Amino acid sequence: MKVLVAVKRVVDYNVKVRVKADNSGVDLANVKMSMNPFCEIAVEEAVRLKEKGVATEIVVVSIGPTTAQEQLRTALALGADRAILVESAEDLTSLAVAKLLKAVVDKEQPSLVILGKQAIDSDNNQTGQMLAALSGYGQGTFASKVELSGDSVAVTREIDGGAQTVSLKLPAIVTTDLRLIEPRYASLPNIMKAKKKPLEVLTPDALGVSTASTNKTVKVEAPAARSAGIKVKSVAELVEKLKNEAKVI
Amino acid sequence: MAVLVIAEHDNFALKGATYNTVTAALQIGGDVHVLVAGSGCAGVAEEAAKISGVNKVLHADGAVHAHAKPENLAAQVLDLAHDYTHVVTPANAVGKSFMPRVAALLDSSQISDVIAVVSRDTFVHPIYAGNALATVQCVDPVIVLTVRSTGFDAAQKNGQARVEAIPVAAESSYSQFLSQQLTRSDRPELAAASIVVSGGRGMGSSENFKLLETLADQLGGAVGASRAAVDAGFMPNDYQVGQTGKIVAPQLYVAVGISGAIQHLAGMKDSKVIVAINKDADAPIFQVADYGLVADLFEAVPELTKALA
Repeated sequence: MKVLVAVKRVVDYNVKVRVKADNSGVDLANVKMSMNPFCEIAVEEAVRLKEKGVATEIVVVSIGPTTAQEQLRTALALGADRAILVESAEDLTSLAVAKLLKAVVDKEQPSLVILGKQAIDSDNNQTGQMLAALSGYGQGTFASKVELSGDSVAVTREIDGGAQTVSLKLPAIVTTDLRLIEPRYASLPNIMKAKKKPLEVLTPDALGVSTASTNKTVKVEAPAARSAGIKVKSVAELVEKLKNEAKVI
Repeated sequence: MAVLVIAEHDNFALKGATYNTVTAALQIGGDVHVLVAGSGCAGVAEEAAKISGVNKVLHADGAVHAHAKPENLAAQVLDLAHDYTHVVTPANAVGKSFMPRVAALLDSSQISDVIAVVSRDTFVHPIYAGNALATVQCVDPVIVLTVRSTGFDAAQKNGQARVEAIPVAAESSYSQFLSQQLTRSDRPELAAASIVVSGGRGMGSSENFKLLETLADQLGGAVGASRAAVDAGFMPNDYQVGQTGKIVAPQLYVAVGISGAIQHLAGMKDSKVIVAINKDADAPIFQVADYGLVADLFEAVPELTKALA
């Protein structure tokens, strides 16, 4: 079976971002970019499925600027077979991304689509669910375990009070939680091999998808800064401060 | 025109976040209706009818909603959505799962984790792990929002809305519920607790977390954990506080053996008072802590528990 994995190029998770002075957005010039951590987990899960002999082909797709090819090459080095870039320089909403992915799903007809549960830049946690709705598929969000058998997939999900297991009819959409799997590192030989793997570039127009947005970002601001308080010398002083100064206990 | 709030509950009681979400709905303006979709949840519908400011409760009761399956919940909300200007629900695991489905099928862009209502069509939500706040204007005919409960006060409980039974959506054939494993705890719910005591990698083991549990019980608080503590297997996943775990904003947050990574701060930096206990004086957590104690937690925590007894 074919597995489709969606990956996003985002600011590296260790970077402390700064808001631009004109409040138009976050300053991403000269900032380290990487594959979204949840997407790395999605790629790893797909590669494991292939290693188990369950998946036969892994297609990795990204929607974004030309530079997102770097993240697709990373996914190819990790074990994906071929890549698709839907090139768009705009800042797309999750809905636009879901529509583009739906067009790719229609074209590729995968049995399983794996995405990260959220991108660490927009923090939306929407795309997988929207793709499932548009495709008319079931969804297994926040997956911590994925088990394929025949024409269904059992997904153990992280929920607020613990965990829940659901069975989805294939084709289905799964979004990964951090707990799903530990991603591997790409080896140098695999990075070299990845350069020769196929990478197709498409446009939203070619897929017949309009990415027009109904949302407009009015401004982006830094949150109110929280300043460091004081260091206390002893537990007794801490209790005294909490009781009499902060009055929280 | 009216706003539809989709209640979060476990078929026995409303989740606290529903009250905060009603407050957000009241700030948007117009009538506020609450949808209680569940199985055998008449008591929850009655409870929702008592939330101040709610004009009507829609009660969809059927086995299809027994486990808050997102495919079924989305179908239920879609049946109603066109009569509303806004549909809103708490940004918890259930809401995050079904609401984007509703948005996609309405061809609306969703705004996730709203922390402030600027006007009927303009909202503020955090991005980049809370390191930036985006103000977004949305022109969709039905505006779809999930609400971060810590951004809004809980609504009062002296309302008298009427409860109206409505037809239940058809069962979707996409998915089937198999099983559930819930973490049992007598402590207050993490996301709603007024005091949270959290431990990180510095705790060293699962057994050592008992020190924090004793302290939390002394304070009447909840226990949380950093990702490092969860990954190390010290605590279950649903205790995780941070960008990808739960977002908390208690009166008092005590961080024990937690360095204070960006992703952890995203989940707790709106707490009123932050206390850090860490033996590393350079740990980033001290940059946001109101009171910091540089000490060995294995001495400081028992001493603190004793001092509060």
